[in-house]
Amino acid sequence: MIDMAPNLTLVVAIAVLFAAGVYLVLERSLSRVLIGVILLGNGANLLFLVAGGRAGRPPIVGLEDERQMSDPLPQAMVLTAIVITLGMTAFLLAMAYRSWQLHRHDEVQDDVEDRRIARLAAIDERAFTDADTEATLQSLDEEAEEARDEVDDGLVREARPDDEQRDKEVAP
Amino acid sequence: MSDWTWVVPLPVVIPLFSAGLTLALWRRPRVQPIVSVTALVLVLLSSVTLLVLADDGPLVVDVGGWAAPVGINLVADRLSALMLSVSSAVTLCVLLYSLAQGRDDDEESAPVSIYHPTFLVLAAGVANAFLSGDLFNIYVGFEILLAASFVLITLGGTRDRIRAGTIYIVVALLSSVLFLVAIAAVYATTGTVNLAQLALRLPEIDPGTRLTLQVLLLLAFAVKAAVFPLSAWLPDSYPTAPAPVTAVFAGLLTKVGVYAIIRTQTLLFPGGELDDVLMWAALATMLVGILGAVAQDDIKRLLSFTLVSHIGFMLFGIALSSQAGWTAAIYYVVHHITVQTALFLVVGLVERVGGSTSLTRLGGLAKVAPVLAILFFVPAMNLGGIPPLSGFLGKLGLLQAGVDAGTPLAYILVVGSVVTSLLTLYALVKAWNKAFWQTPQDEPRPVHLPFGMVGPTAALIAVGLGLTFAAGPLYAYTERAASALTLRTTYVWAVLPDGLRGEGESADLSEDDQTPPPPADEAGDDS
Repeated sequence: MIDMAPNLTLVVAIAVLFAAGVYLVLERSLSRVLIGVILLGNGANLLFLVAGGRAGRPPIVGLEDERQMSDPLPQAMVLTAIVITLGMTAFLLAMAYRSWQLHRHDEVQDDVEDRRIARLAAIDERAFTDADTEATLQSLDEEAEEARDEVDDGLVREARPDDEQRDKEVAP
Repeated sequence: MSDWTWVVPLPVVIPLFSAGLTLALWRRPRVQPIVSVTALVLVLLSSVTLLVLADDGPLVVDVGGWAAPVGINLVADRLSALMLSVSSAVTLCVLLYSLAQGRDDDEESAPVSIYHPTFLVLAAGVANAFLSGDLFNIYVGFEILLAASFVLITLGGTRDRIRAGTIYIVVALLSSVLFLVAIAAVYATTGTVNLAQLALRLPEIDPGTRLTLQVLLLLAFAVKAAVFPLSAWLPDSYPTAPAPVTAVFAGLLTKVGVYAIIRTQTLLFPGGELDDVLMWAALATMLVGILGAVAQDDIKRLLSFTLVSHIGFMLFGIALSSQAGWTAAIYYVVHHITVQTALFLVVGLVERVGGSTSLTRLGGLAKVAPVLAILFFVPAMNLGGIPPLSGFLGKLGLLQAGVDAGTPLAYILVVGSVVTSLLTLYALVKAWNKAFWQTPQDEPRPVHLPFGMVGPTAALIAVGLGLTFAAGPLYAYTERAASALTLRTTYVWAVLPDGLRGEGESADLSEDDQTPPPPADEAGDDS
């Protein structure tokens, strides 16, 4: 029989890692999300150690008694998962840096569509504009660049001087 | 037949090898395309070979000669081979399209030297996920394709791509963690991650534990497949990528998730415990997705929402848990991969001609580019399900399977899918009218459309039409695939001929105690 009683220390460590990871992933800053993802990944890796059963002797055939060996398969999987997490972390880090380069902050921005609909609802307009209604002439991509919700305090965007000018251009 | 098993790893090995080669050739932008096109043509050929061969029974390769439950194995059965063939045809078309786009302009959307290796790695990851006969290897396949997709979605590192990419990447990473947790739980419970062995062992474990495992796996796959309520990331992240990238993502990545759901629901958890939940999820996915599409005024976002919505149709077929339902679901996946990719490629062309994807700004394109109007119209009608196109046949199959099931919930889903089809038609016709007939705000200038871009798009649409003409044999094939899924034993015995070990090298079984590891509920007992 394989002893499957989980190691309590590992279980507590996994719980702490997952709790901290979930908290950090819910944060706004990409660097914190990154740390959260790392913690979650490590929690999952520890979970594999629990899945492998009780710790035992090194699994080398010929050196050790087979009944004393620990299960090598989850360890092989954990190694693969660690390497993958490393690669993903590197990519996420690079992206957080790129975001900082572009915006001077690394906050995960809102879904542009959500913001647009909330804004239209606040000023009670149609959900979309077409040639029949008035065109704002602002594409989603352009709005995406402006979208950073912690700066805006209200839902209604302040009218800017160039808005009027733009409206004049549209009017036939 | 066993002589042909060497074909099975090719769809994974060829693109990975060529990815390395193209990376080494990064200074030679003229050689790179030749390598990648050759690689994907070879992949297409081997996939079609597998499609023919797998009809006689699954082909199994124990990688490295290690016997199945210990080593990793690749399995090409009818479902895998069919998915593989369609996906490699689609990847090839998209690659040709992006090559022409790259030749024609040197914008940020043009393929940079990293594009070819990444695209090939993506193809390898997709193929690995389809062929793998091992849960952990499916995870590795997912990670390969995700890593490649991260690079592709942030290609060029512009502002909006970084913004959209952030959401995509964080969600993808979280679903990977969830998948990893699910695998760890599966291993702790059954002591194996081999799909065939899991199919033998899972029925023996405690039903509550089994349900937990099923929920964990389904959650992980549902994020990938963009099933409501786990679909919010998709319409926000796909539209910003370059047109060919969006096209290949829309065609393939969500379908890998759908494939994984089909595989786990049929092979691992055939009892259908969660079918009712899946039915409701399918209904919500269809309706929420299509209502989102109706509200959009950007074609790319509109199509992303229809993509989410039509995942609901496939989920409906899977959740019916009948041979007819699975047959229709598999046919629908094949149809949807081709039609959705084609639509996104056409939108790339529309953006080129009209200079925008906003329905507010576009207009009058029918006069400037009549060919484009037809190219958009045919797949749009196909997606909406107008007879006799393949979308109609797929939906008809699903409706028939739903009526055959006869439960009240199935009838609700039947009504829901008809409503969704009508709304799809409405959304797409509206988009077509606005883009092609609306009086334009500023007269679009005539733009030359390179044949290299129109050609692959037209080819893909022709494949979509071909699905109608070949519907008889194809539907028969998916029916045979579904019947193999219903039987399950075909798959299991192909991988584990004696029920314990696959063919290949492994320690003599008599040395081990042959009892499988204890189920979780006895886990506390010490030996």
